[in-house]
Amino acid sequence: MVDAFIFLLILGAISAAILGFAARAFYVYEDPKIALVEECLPGANCGGCGYAGCSACAAAIVAGKASPSVCVAGGPSVIQAAAAVMGLKVEAAEPKLAFLTCAGGTRAETKYNYLGTEDCRALAMLYRGDKKCEVACLGRGTCAKNCPFGAITMGKNNLPIIDLDLCTGCGTCETVCPTGTIKVQRGSERTLHFSMIDDRLAPCQQTCPAQIDIPRYIDHIKHGRYEEAVLTIKEKNPFLLTCGRVCPHPCEEVCRRALGDEPVSINQLKRFVADYEMNTGGHFPVSVAPDNGHKVAIIGGGPGGLSCAYFLRRLGYSVTLFDMQPKLGGMLTTAYLNTASPKRSLTGRFKGYSTSALMQGSI
Amino acid sequence: MSDYLLMAVSAIFVNNILLAQYLGNCPFVGTTKKMDTAVGMAGGVLFVLVLAGLITWIFDAYLLRSFDLVYLRTIVFILVIAALVQFVETFLKKMVPPLYKGLGIFLPLITTNCAIFGVCIINVRKDFNFMETLVFSVTSAVGFGLALVIMAGLRERMATARIPKILEGTAITMITAGFMALAFFGFMGMA
Repeated sequence: MVDAFIFLLILGAISAAILGFAARAFYVYEDPKIALVEECLPGANCGGCGYAGCSACAAAIVAGKASPSVCVAGGPSVIQAAAAVMGLKVEAAEPKLAFLTCAGGTRAETKYNYLGTEDCRALAMLYRGDKKCEVACLGRGTCAKNCPFGAITMGKNNLPIIDLDLCTGCGTCETVCPTGTIKVQRGSERTLHFSMIDDRLAPCQQTCPAQIDIPRYIDHIKHGRYEEAVLTIKEKNPFLLTCGRVCPHPCEEVCRRALGDEPVSINQLKRFVADYEMNTGGHFPVSVAPDNGHKVAIIGGGPGGLSCAYFLRRLGYSVTLFDMQPKLGGMLTTAYLNTASPKRSLTGRFKGYSTSALMQGSI
Repeated sequence: MSDYLLMAVSAIFVNNILLAQYLGNCPFVGTTKKMDTAVGMAGGVLFVLVLAGLITWIFDAYLLRSFDLVYLRTIVFILVIAALVQFVETFLKKMVPPLYKGLGIFLPLITTNCAIFGVCIINVRKDFNFMETLVFSVTSAVGFGLALVIMAGLRERMATARIPKILEGTAITMITAGFMALAFFGFMGMA
């Protein structure tokens, strides 16, 4: 018994001595901050930051090559914790989110009957997919299978549904999608984008001077999601109530439905959801980028000035509007007043566009 | 020579450490999601197993047996393997950084791997001499690596296969592991 005790004691002491010696002899300096920063990161190794994993990201942050806000997966709390370790001030990052650009799904005609592997990438290798529409979502759910955060599910129409609360903007879906249907963008990137002739857009959206995503808001209305429909319109057009009444709707002239019977009453639908927002008394808030510290003064509170203020505020500027009239609105209140737009509705509208609301970012 | 060959075939196929003796199953499920990880783990196990096998054999032959302390084998081996892996990790970090980068994250995993300990114990239980210990350790590690690589290959294929919802994830992995063990069972009686 005693000899076992002595033997193990000696063995343990020798091992400890060797390890202690090795720790000194083979000492490699490593910034202790790397381990501290890595502890703050979520450890999902999603690669959304552009580095090989959370530890590589932590090394880059400590080396000063990356800002703590490169971590898109962790959200503000992680960024603040990592920045605190580094002693940096946090600048709030506008979140990137996945966004589906296709609204077709199973409605697109198919070229052939595909029986192979259930994966969009495999399908895309065969004559660019089975859809006649060459830019359509192929609907095999590769994005849903690969999303590391389970934010994507496949909907009824074989179109992915993105849960924006779970989406971290890591960009995995964009990478695996062979047709580029899913895009991971910041809100302001979408605001600043102008429709291009080669964008995959329905004729109505391509024609709309305000570039509103018309198929999407009609789809929202069809399913009774009026708030989402209002927000889809507000993404590109702050004056849905007025435009719903006075817009000459060039979209309806190019509506494909006209080939069959008559065009969809796109503008009437806009008027309907605009009235819905007004009559429910609500003011559905649009997404606004975090403050970027710049201040802008705008002279004139008419449609132009208001639009300018609206989009600048959404990009993160602090905006102040100046107008010689006691009320905002300009031509919206005077010229349209006696024609199409009811006075009641306009009074209701401008509550939301008051300067204080602009400053608070609640438009 | 033919003895060694027979021992190699036995350790790799017939008495595969993973699929016939069921030792070291944690990394079998844990590190086989991707081929790169599986190959890294296999390399790490080969490296540590050969070192640990030889050193524990030396300990057993020259210390435990001569001091009549064979009953302390288990605890001594655990201590020796843990200290060895720690030492190797610090050593590699300084002296062979590329190897450390390749095996680095697997080394702490291997410290507590039962396959390593199992092979060390088998070496001394079967009264192998030094050369036999070397061959058995190397070939056991090769068998371990073979099982990992096959499993990783299968699981990479499974990612694109149509698997019934109820079997997705760990369930299908367990079933596959069972079938692989059955297949290796077919070698039984060869050596």
